[in-house]
Amino acid sequence: MERKRPNLAVEIAGIKLKNPVMPASGTFGYGEEFAPYLDLERIGAIVTKGLSLKPKAGNPTPRIAETSGGMLNAIGLQNVGVDAFIETKIPFLRKVKTPTIVNFFGNTLEEYGEVARRLSDLPEVAGVELNISCPNVKQGGIVFGTDPCAAADVVSLVRKHLRKPLIVKLTPNVTDITVTARAVEEAGADAISCINTLTGMAVDVRSRRPRLANGTGGLSGPAIRPIAVRLVHQVVQTVRIPVIGVGGIGCAEDALEFLVVGATAVQVGTANFIDPTVMLSVIGGIEKFCIEEGIGDIREIIGSLEL
Amino acid sequence: MNNYRTKILSNQEISPGYFRMRILAPGFGETARPGQFIMFRVQLSQSPLLRRPFGVFRTGFLPPDCEGQPEKEYLEILYKVVGSGTGIMSELHEGDRVEVLGPLGKGFDLEAAAGEKILVGGGIGLVPLYMLARKLTETGRVRLLMGGRTRDDILAVTEFERLGVETYVSTDDGSLGEEGLVTNVLERKLDKYPDAVVYACGPMPMLEAVQRICTRRGTPLQVSLEALMACGVGACLGCVVKGSGHSEETPRYLCTCKEGPVFRAEQLDWSRAGEENGYCEGCKS
Repeated sequence: MERKRPNLAVEIAGIKLKNPVMPASGTFGYGEEFAPYLDLERIGAIVTKGLSLKPKAGNPTPRIAETSGGMLNAIGLQNVGVDAFIETKIPFLRKVKTPTIVNFFGNTLEEYGEVARRLSDLPEVAGVELNISCPNVKQGGIVFGTDPCAAADVVSLVRKHLRKPLIVKLTPNVTDITVTARAVEEAGADAISCINTLTGMAVDVRSRRPRLANGTGGLSGPAIRPIAVRLVHQVVQTVRIPVIGVGGIGCAEDALEFLVVGATAVQVGTANFIDPTVMLSVIGGIEKFCIEEGIGDIREIIGSLEL
Repeated sequence: MNNYRTKILSNQEISPGYFRMRILAPGFGETARPGQFIMFRVQLSQSPLLRRPFGVFRTGFLPPDCEGQPEKEYLEILYKVVGSGTGIMSELHEGDRVEVLGPLGKGFDLEAAAGEKILVGGGIGLVPLYMLARKLTETGRVRLLMGGRTRDDILAVTEFERLGVETYVSTDDGSLGEEGLVTNVLERKLDKYPDAVVYACGPMPMLEAVQRICTRRGTPLQVSLEALMACGVGACLGCVVKGSGHSEETPRYLCTCKEGPVFRAEQLDWSRAGEENGYCEGCKS
């Protein structure tokens, strides 16, 4: 007898997802880059590349370096800026029947507020993800994410300007991530993405120079997954708002690890670069796992960790 | 554009350190244009993690194994073993399962080919020029100037000759063809054919020299670049190069994977090209 298909739908801060799998910001462009490879309506949400108020050029090259089980990047948040996003990217996203979550950042507190205000008016945007955790830019990004007070300030300000679900993406480059998690929850975050990349460095031993023009970069990929799972586990114990697990997910089992420790949804990052259809394999694998385990609803898995 | 899960038909060393890999790719030739590339997954495990970009050397058909079956369509890449990734590739055999994403990127602009056509290839940079030569020989005369350090770096020249391409070989050590740089040959050819258009692919110092020569003479030039890439589809923004008019105040980055890998020379900023690894240094791993 064929078993009934499991229910994979979850909800993050009021955003209804048909399944818990979405791309991590910065690994999926603005969605349209991947449209030739996968049906965007089959994934839980689209998460777009981090936007700033003005277009941003990014860092000098080389910007990427491969390391064992991971990659370092120092792209430097190159993006088209919020106005060009609205003009040139939203028309495509409007046609896709999948919620769009827009990642954004500011160089200053005021810029964070201004971008939030502009995104707030767009019916095509289901929710926003606030980036206070990019390790590759001097201004903005991680400056706000490593100081719990600054993180709370920026979340409070954005909350004032935004009438949409607010997800805050945390950095692992802190002593205790639960302090930041608690700070952003109290300041009004509706959900947390955990984690952004870890600051790393790779050196060309022949030239004795860093392999990235920026010197350091953000480490992502399978190498960081155990760290991400641990941090998600810690954050889930700390806050009441939903947590989205991110870090080194490349297959269904990787995603399930995050769900078991309590993530409500997951983001797939670097793996999109290696296989643009990987999210479909992750979704298919989760469904297969549920059928095999006799699980009728994905929510039975979430937070089912036994210690 | 496709994500092929396919298999290797053959993988042979054609010159010391250089390999030719034939990959089963049904329907690939219908969409691939000269100058486009593929992202090749070195192995299905996580090491090495990222795919590697390779220019498409040629596409073609093999006769079927059994009568009544369709011909087997393949694509072919030539690669040099330079690091761990290409080292693993060199050990792959017929029947091994691989993944190929492509064809990707913008190829050569064939509309610009009014006058004499001169192709300049340096070492493994010859790869994207074969499909171009095949197309250009349909309508006119094509010359290939092929340069390398030694005779081992001179690849597949007879295949160009079979297309009717006039080929000129130069090596730094004189072990094959003329001794010296391929750009010396280019200068002479441009003296003789001042209305020529040039297409080039090779190491960055060679491309820079070709660009200087062509700019001085007002010769139209298209160059095919290589770069470190993670995704190949314009999402990671890791493979950018500086466009013309780039400055610290007005940065202008172009994506090698999506806006290239073929550029008109005037699209690029050549001022500090030698210091940037975004240009044609070849895949380092």
